[in-house]
Amino acid sequence: MSRSTATPPTADAVAGPALADSRRVTRAGRSRRSPAMSVLLHGTLILASLIAIGPIAWVLLSSLKPGYAIQSSELTLFRDTTLSNYSYVLTETNFPRWFLNSVIVAAFTMAIGIFLSATTGYAVSRFNFPGRRPLMMVFLVTQMFPVAILIVPIYTILARLGLINTMPALIIAYLTIAVPFCAWMLKGYFDSIPTSLDEAAALDGCGPFATFWRVVLPLARPAVAVTAFYTFLTAWGEVAYASAFIQTDNKFTLAYGLQQFVPQFNPQWEYLTAAAVLVTIPAGLVFFFAQKHLVSGLTAGGTKG
Amino acid sequence: MSTVTADPAPSSTRPGRSARPPRLRRSWDKHWYAWAMVLPVVIVLAVLIFYPLFRGIWLSFTNLTEANQVAEICTRSITGGEVCADNPNKWEFIGLDNYVRVLTGQVGEFWQWTGVTLIWTFVCVACHFGLGLGLASMLNRPMRARGLYRVLLVLPWAVPAFVSAFAWKFIFNERFGLANALLTAVGIDPVSWFADRWTALFTAIVTNVWLGVPFMMVALLGGMQTIPSELYEAAEIDGASAWQRFRNITLPGLRPVSMTVVLLGTIWTFNMFPIIFLVTEGQPAGQSEILVTGAYRAAFEGIRNYSLASTYGVLILSILLVFSLFYRRVLRKQGEVW
Repeated sequence: MSRSTATPPTADAVAGPALADSRRVTRAGRSRRSPAMSVLLHGTLILASLIAIGPIAWVLLSSLKPGYAIQSSELTLFRDTTLSNYSYVLTETNFPRWFLNSVIVAAFTMAIGIFLSATTGYAVSRFNFPGRRPLMMVFLVTQMFPVAILIVPIYTILARLGLINTMPALIIAYLTIAVPFCAWMLKGYFDSIPTSLDEAAALDGCGPFATFWRVVLPLARPAVAVTAFYTFLTAWGEVAYASAFIQTDNKFTLAYGLQQFVPQFNPQWEYLTAAAVLVTIPAGLVFFFAQKHLVSGLTAGGTKG
Repeated sequence: MSTVTADPAPSSTRPGRSARPPRLRRSWDKHWYAWAMVLPVVIVLAVLIFYPLFRGIWLSFTNLTEANQVAEICTRSITGGEVCADNPNKWEFIGLDNYVRVLTGQVGEFWQWTGVTLIWTFVCVACHFGLGLGLASMLNRPMRARGLYRVLLVLPWAVPAFVSAFAWKFIFNERFGLANALLTAVGIDPVSWFADRWTALFTAIVTNVWLGVPFMMVALLGGMQTIPSELYEAAEIDGASAWQRFRNITLPGLRPVSMTVVLLGTIWTFNMFPIIFLVTEGQPAGQSEILVTGAYRAAFEGIRNYSLASTYGVLILSILLVFSLFYRRVLRKQGEVW
């Protein structure tokens, strides 16, 4: 019962079918599915969707409750709804400062990472130069590096440079993740741009750098944006380096700062939930711009080696 | 190597110093721009990844800790001058001692952590792939509200991992968490999730499965949409059942994508730091620690034992390298190009 024969084959060939197409598919397909199957299908998907949004919704609802209502074991959706948790988090704590720190660190990581790796992604995608295969292997293998192997040497090196407890330390540490990742992703996207364009540009007298800068990069702008967004999100949510390298309260990033709300004793979940909602909103918005193109880049880079 | 194209190189035959051997010279003329393009990344990789990597490997053969890292101990005398003397307990090369102590279990819980890591990785990746495949094949059917389901199901991916970790830790709170409230509502005694090793691990796995399924689902859905629909039509005409079409068309068609995502997923889950670190915090008494978080705690809690943490790091990386070599070989045998 998977695909309807009534649709033109192009509708399936196009990834992410247009709305009009999918509606046509809907009508043809539904007529061939028994009602019981329909119920089962939708029931499963509704259940899965509920599980997917449940925790997010619960945190959102909890953030609107005062502390005593969160601490009670009674199960209620709304109780004494208030925005006081948000105003407390935004005015009485260092949360805005942490937010700013996270934005700075993530933005620098993103900008430097993309800047450094864009030409590499292009070169690896287009040219067959000696050293290409080893470089590809390195990108793959660095994905495998556990945080545990780099964190100690980087820490001791940065400590010798006097950079511990500064933002550059975090940016440097994040670049170890961002640079190979960006190069890998961008290579995947550049692969999908037809090489005939490069050849045309070369015929018109463009050197390889001009071809890249004037022809390929403008075409790849969405891909670069997606890679940038995702790099931003990775840095935005990183925990291990942020916990190890930053020691004073006004330099925390969100990933570490939020831990301050819930120490072992006397955790203040009402503030944590409010902060969690505030952190998720920008990340979620950014994510939805990026996600559609994200997977194609990751897997394209992987399968075409 | 489908991607390699003809070099659009303007074959500049600059006459000049022919000091270099002609072959090298030719290769340089042909590839200098490619090398120039990759140079920034190569430098960054060398300085930020390979230098620390080799330093980390070197540190694992020493006994460097926070306590013995200084080469000189300086004390301020009464007159204000500083007197410095060599640190008698300075860190030194100790050969394979760290490895022996870790692998024989004198220090830390290497084998226990490895066991937990393997269970954690296997269960998580299996659930990710199974649930992702199931949801993707449901979403691949024509139906009403498909777009809405897709958006809702992808939501967990949009939440930063550390926020998800806090959210689930909140849900699994022993006194007022949603999980226990729901259990009580259906008449089951509340569980103190973090008092037992397996329930603690369970909470972490639930969290990770929740946030990892969307990636698999989207990746596999993308893979399914590249399978030509003619295959399904032909199968239908030949009278293949839905299950037969799934087994004989969808699964083989998904092979390239699923090989990549399973490899990536395994590596990511193996190294998944924030979930264990924030959800179980190793409770009870370090029994739900995986290798990565265990190594982190060795390095940055109490007296910081840098050399020991490096030893764990080297061991973890070796495990992953062996795994991916093995994986590659299996793929090769089955005729994959990767």
